[in-house]
Amino acid sequence: MVDSYWARKLGQLEERKRNTNKEFDKQSLDALRTRVKDWEKKILEHFISKSPERQDVFENASGVPLKRIYTLLDNGGPSYERELGLPGEFPYTRGVYPSMYRGRLWTMRMFSGFGTAEQTNKRLKYLLKEGETGLSIAFDMPTLYGYDADSDRAEGEVGKCGVSISSLEDMETLFSGIPLDQVSTSMTINAPAAVLTCMYAAVGEKQGMPLQKLRGTVQTDILKEYIAQKEWAFPPEAHLRIIRDMMVYCTKNMPYWHYISISGYHIREAGASAAQELAFTLADGFSYVELGKKAGLDVDSFVPRFSFFFNCDMDFFEEIAKFRAARRIWATVMKEKYKAKNPLSLLLRFHTQTSGVSLTWQQPLNNVVRTAIEALAAVLGGTQSLHTNSYDEAWALPTEEAVTVALRTQQIIAEETGVTHVTDPLGGSYYLEWLTNEMEEQAYRYFDKIDQLGGVLSAIKQGYLQREIANTSYLKTQQMENGKKSVVGVNKYLVDEEKPIKYLQVNPALQKKASIRLRALRRRRDQKKLKLSLEKLRAAFEDPEANSVQVMLAAVKSYATLQEIMDVGRKAFGGWKEPVLA
Amino acid sequence: MSSTLLRAPKSGSKKIRILVAKPGLDGHDRGALVLCRAFRDAGMEVIYSGLLPTPEQVAQMAIDEDVDVVALSLLNGAHMTAFPKVVKYLKQKGGKDILVVGGGIIPDTDKSRLEKMGIKGNFGPGTLLKTIIDFIAVNVKNRKNTKTSAIRKKKGIS
Repeated sequence: MVDSYWARKLGQLEERKRNTNKEFDKQSLDALRTRVKDWEKKILEHFISKSPERQDVFENASGVPLKRIYTLLDNGGPSYERELGLPGEFPYTRGVYPSMYRGRLWTMRMFSGFGTAEQTNKRLKYLLKEGETGLSIAFDMPTLYGYDADSDRAEGEVGKCGVSISSLEDMETLFSGIPLDQVSTSMTINAPAAVLTCMYAAVGEKQGMPLQKLRGTVQTDILKEYIAQKEWAFPPEAHLRIIRDMMVYCTKNMPYWHYISISGYHIREAGASAAQELAFTLADGFSYVELGKKAGLDVDSFVPRFSFFFNCDMDFFEEIAKFRAARRIWATVMKEKYKAKNPLSLLLRFHTQTSGVSLTWQQPLNNVVRTAIEALAAVLGGTQSLHTNSYDEAWALPTEEAVTVALRTQQIIAEETGVTHVTDPLGGSYYLEWLTNEMEEQAYRYFDKIDQLGGVLSAIKQGYLQREIANTSYLKTQQMENGKKSVVGVNKYLVDEEKPIKYLQVNPALQKKASIRLRALRRRRDQKKLKLSLEKLRAAFEDPEANSVQVMLAAVKSYATLQEIMDVGRKAFGGWKEPVLA
Repeated sequence: MSSTLLRAPKSGSKKIRILVAKPGLDGHDRGALVLCRAFRDAGMEVIYSGLLPTPEQVAQMAIDEDVDVVALSLLNGAHMTAFPKVVKYLKQKGGKDILVVGGGIIPDTDKSRLEKMGIKGNFGPGTLLKTIIDFIAVNVKNRKNTKTSAIRKKKGIS
């Protein structure tokens, strides 16, 4: 084995399995071991012989075989020093803050966007009125790929999967009447993340909010785009360079802005297991740490602004274990490998979205239950913010009625269940602690493998990460086909006829309207100022040492459209073709 | 845009040749990749379009690769625009006999409209792979038969 940090960690984890925590005395552990063996022989065997178990083998959603019962002997009695910590204490397994939800509840942040900026603006205001505590914007496909609403490539897609934003003018409409000093905004956008950040900053400025005060998150995580969601504009190196520019610029000028949200959500939705989601997301995170270091930044200056974004699917305990393992790994690696000193660099703070893939088109009301279970797991896993999917989302973007139920689901968990009264209430569960260790180990095995492949970018170019996900996804599909994995309403408990539900429809005439508005904007602009700003942007893109954010902000303020800005990049950097996957 | 394909002999093969494609701005390729494998496991010759081709590029690939079937997948709500466009370009380019099947998040009202425009199947979430594979096998066969009988008719053979 190569002598690397990851290989050494794997060695330590092996060692952990052999040695039970020394806080427990050997005599009582031996007594427990004997007792378990006795129970198996005297009680269990007899019982099973009369009443057999339903399956020969029980596995979790990632295919990890599960024992029927876990005891201290399995989880080794996690050490508070190395593995647990108290909440707000290294390695933060039990939570990033000392008092967690006894202080502040998680942010209820519903991912919203459809149609025009006006339509989405109304939806945002509705959600705020109904008690949502943070904004989260979903953009349509053309915006995500960096095309304007009037582009040929946008045909049939404007406003369909999210809100269409082509210029600062649209962004002004989107946030009209919403005071940005009172609410934080998360924007799910990656390839054009810098452009949208500049638009947000420009809107803030018009509302009298200086850059220094802007609060929110932009996703920006391009690595997972190449791995899973596949929404890129340029080759990876070009996007990474712009992310470097954002890191440097935001670290200096936007202290409350999370300029990156390192995301496992899409990796999971593309078919990955929970362990793969955990491993690939954190591996991406470490790559961004390296990127910042290479740009000459001190880790403790820029890593505290990192945020994370995970999926939460149906295997309840596995998800909770994943969140706990994620916190522990991040803190440990930041401390040991990257020598971070600032406690904020060690904190893995994350947003969760319940699983879109787990929603079924069949018997859609059942999705309310699925989402509730997933949301509960996210809360028990210590999430900082949460989006709950609506029951109709396997059909279309959610209606107001469906999104209200989804928001209420969070409010019911927060106000009625009492799970918020105690921090990490499942901590110490033999099963959960064992599973947390198991997830941790699987993640380190992937880190080691990715390292051997030359890092995340190289693993992407070899198609390794994409193929790992595709393999898992194919396996899951086959398990559903052959009934090994049950999905209620899809391969079990079917109804004769599916009753249609009311679902949201986006007006196809929208593209025309948006195009007319864009044309008017194009005529109104100060052409000289516009041309000059795009020219400056081109020069910045072509100079690898330059920082492109300041000039991009100037271009946005001169009402250059999203596509005009992205086209400058397409010309400077070219496009991207992914490796052969099928 | 070049297709990422698994080359297979075109002539003398009785295997179904199928192009799996995502025409438009839609990176959700999980379903398409699963289908590629499932079709291959079912004995078909599979060509995958890769991501982000235009409808016209998809039609051109279908012609160039001399496929029997084009399987279109979109989850971005653009099926009513993109799918018919593929059919239109196929007709223009001399591929009107190619079976076009669709899949994705397609509401019932759209299904019947797509069907009329020549896009068959229009499978939604949760459809068993077997259902899709059987549908293609039967419909390609039917199409080939009609094609042969049409040629026979033209040539005056009964």
